[in-house]
Amino acid sequence: MDLTYTAEEEEFRARLRRWLARALPALPPRPSPDDWPGRRAYDLGWQRMLHDAGYAGLHWPVDAGGRGATPTQHLIFLEETERAGAPYVGANFVGLLHAGPTIAAEGTAAQRARWLPPVLRGEEVWCQGFSEPGAGSDLAALRTRARRDGDDYVVSGSKIWTSHAEVADWCELLVRTDAEAPRHKGISWLAMPMDAPGITVRPLRTLAGSTEFAEVFLDDVRVPVANRVGAENDGWRVTMVTLSFERGTAFVGEVVACRRVLGELARAARENGRWDDAVLRRRLGRLNAEFRALWRLTQWNVSESARTGGVPGVGGSVFKLRYSQARQSLYDAAAEVLGAAALELSAEWTLDRLSSLSYTIAAGTSQIQRNIVAERILGLPKGR
Amino acid sequence: MDFQLTDDQRALRRGMRELLGRRFGRERLRAAADRPRTPEGRETPPALDRGLWRDLGDAGFFALRLPEAAGGVGLGLAEAVLVFEEAGRALLPGPLVATHLAAGEVPGAATGECVVAAADGALVEWMDAADVVRGDVAGAVAMRSADPLTPLHRLPRAVPADPVAALLSAAEQLGSAGRTLDLAVQHARTREQFGQPIGAFQAVKHLCSEMLVRSELARVAVYAAAVTADPLDIAAAGLLADEAAEQGARDCLQVHGGMGFTWESEVHLHLKRAWLRARRGRSAAEAEEALAADAAAAPAGVPD
Ligand SMILES: Cc1cc2nc3c(=O)[nH]c(=O)nc-3n(C[C@H](O)[C@H](O)[C@H](O)COP(=O)(O)OP(=O)(O)OC[C@H]3O[C@@H](n4cnc5c(N)ncnc54)[C@H](O)[C@@H]3O)c2cc1C
Repeated sequence: MDLTYTAEEEEFRARLRRWLARALPALPPRPSPDDWPGRRAYDLGWQRMLHDAGYAGLHWPVDAGGRGATPTQHLIFLEETERAGAPYVGANFVGLLHAGPTIAAEGTAAQRARWLPPVLRGEEVWCQGFSEPGAGSDLAALRTRARRDGDDYVVSGSKIWTSHAEVADWCELLVRTDAEAPRHKGISWLAMPMDAPGITVRPLRTLAGSTEFAEVFLDDVRVPVANRVGAENDGWRVTMVTLSFERGTAFVGEVVACRRVLGELARAARENGRWDDAVLRRRLGRLNAEFRALWRLTQWNVSESARTGGVPGVGGSVFKLRYSQARQSLYDAAAEVLGAAALELSAEWTLDRLSSLSYTIAAGTSQIQRNIVAERILGLPKGR
Repeated sequence: MDFQLTDDQRALRRGMRELLGRRFGRERLRAAADRPRTPEGRETPPALDRGLWRDLGDAGFFALRLPEAAGGVGLGLAEAVLVFEEAGRALLPGPLVATHLAAGEVPGAATGECVVAAADGALVEWMDAADVVRGDVAGAVAMRSADPLTPLHRLPRAVPADPVAALLSAAEQLGSAGRTLDLAVQHARTREQFGQPIGAFQAVKHLCSEMLVRSELARVAVYAAAVTADPLDIAAAGLLADEAAEQGARDCLQVHGGMGFTWESEVHLHLKRAWLRARRGRSAAEAEEALAADAAAAPAGVPD
């Protein structure tokens, strides 16, 4: 049990800090949340800066154009960028964390050469077209059909909750290529260009008032067969492989951010007098305990994946369950600190409180995570 | 950074689990709980097993953190929390924390020949059975203890808390949380109702998942606090370990249905001891206040 970083790791941290101190003041002003073209340009610009400094695809394997960093270096990278107030991965999320790693693991040499460099250089944005109106938690129920026609697939159906669809160049799309096969055996993974004819993107307004995600309607969209990653009907396995790139580092920046917010909350409470309320103080104290422990859980999971060579345990589900709950409690506590001002939409933390409501839903709901923990870690029988 | 158990630490934990399995298994636990009553119908106080105590001494349980030059094992807090976790898992009775802390200070404590009790919080455990009692126990009043395996005295006021004692108690809570989770899962796999194992019902399944989440969070908090020995890390570990042990025992009881409410089941022993341990050291309110003050004072960021 060793929590000290090696000299090499400390050197990596120091170099990164020096670079961040120079690079961040050169960033353009942040675009407003509703300015999607502006957000796209800003996020890609940041990725380009990372690329030019040698930090792009830090955790990707070297033969995929990445830096082959250890999980601990990746942890340090995410910790330091968040500490320094650097931009969030934003529109680069799917490219860097889902589609890119999938192509790196399962794509042909030509596919890797076509799609990976633009992600690393901050030139192309990806979105994820998995969920459908009839297929959410039960993703394998997806019905979007792809029919072979010469060198193309002809795709029809609809996707929903597609984040960044409005500004994406590519979509990692799950389609049904064999309707007769068992559910998990008839799915394929396609890279769909978002400017193909037949695609209609209809933005959806979230409860926070913004348009974070969209519905995507597909009407006889032609996608070249060459854009299929992995074998036909093997898309389910191809998709699951991506998860092995998640090495316990999924929420590093978020935990750092939560600890910062907690400090800001406590200081705000001292200033506005709410600190006199012992119930509120104790609540903040307990949140401090939670986020300290969540940080240790991150270090634990990262150390585990460093030992196993990057194969993550099921620890990610344990983490996500507690983190999503803790972060929602954090913003509830913020509302207690703010009092009536918590209903002022432009108050700090009010929008964050609204956004945090998605954490127990997106990327596998808490109920689904509990099923995973019970069945895969504890070995309880699968239920119906 | 390598925040995982080393091979030696795994071996130490395994060794302690095996020793306790042999010397204080389920039968012994039951026997300790099922004591005959006095002719007047009162409970007889639990007796301290001196032979077991010396075996623990031989295994280095008390001398673990003493330097080798002083006849100890020369290990640190990280190893200590692992053996205390096992003690908590086995529900081992006796003033383990007080005797461990007395090693090197009270003759015979390190070897298990001398049993040491101490004031902790507003309680003294095993006061009458111990050879030496440390701390200010003036005005101690004997209680009818809610934990059938721990005789208790109550003090007129709480004594100042020792952070290492608090950490070792948290480690015991962690072990207890792990044990009640195992018991709940075993029962959920085998007990059938409505034609299927009850563990296939989501309501039961999700109780078990939450038990695991709480105990894994407590685990990393306890282990990290053992590495840093930071009082705030210890305070956080204590809060999370108390929660994992107390709620874990309750959920385990619920999963066992009527059987969970019986004297015969092991569950209530875990719950009662968890309640007792949560009363050691400083109160949850004090720990939370200290952590709140830290949040207000600390610069942005995460602990190193
Ligand atoms: C902010 C946000 C961004 C998203 N971005 C994307 C994206 O970019 N691309 C994409 O493909 N998807 C995206 N999603 C979709 C997300 O993955 C799904 O919302 C999620 O998987 C849940 O599916 P659902 O919404 O259909 O809910 P449902 O599956 O219908 O679930 C409804 C309720 O039923 C419960 N439930 C369902 N099945 C079970 C079960 N077996 N046991 C117990 N309870 C169950 C759920 O826990 C939930 O409480 C996004 C979602 C959000 C909120």
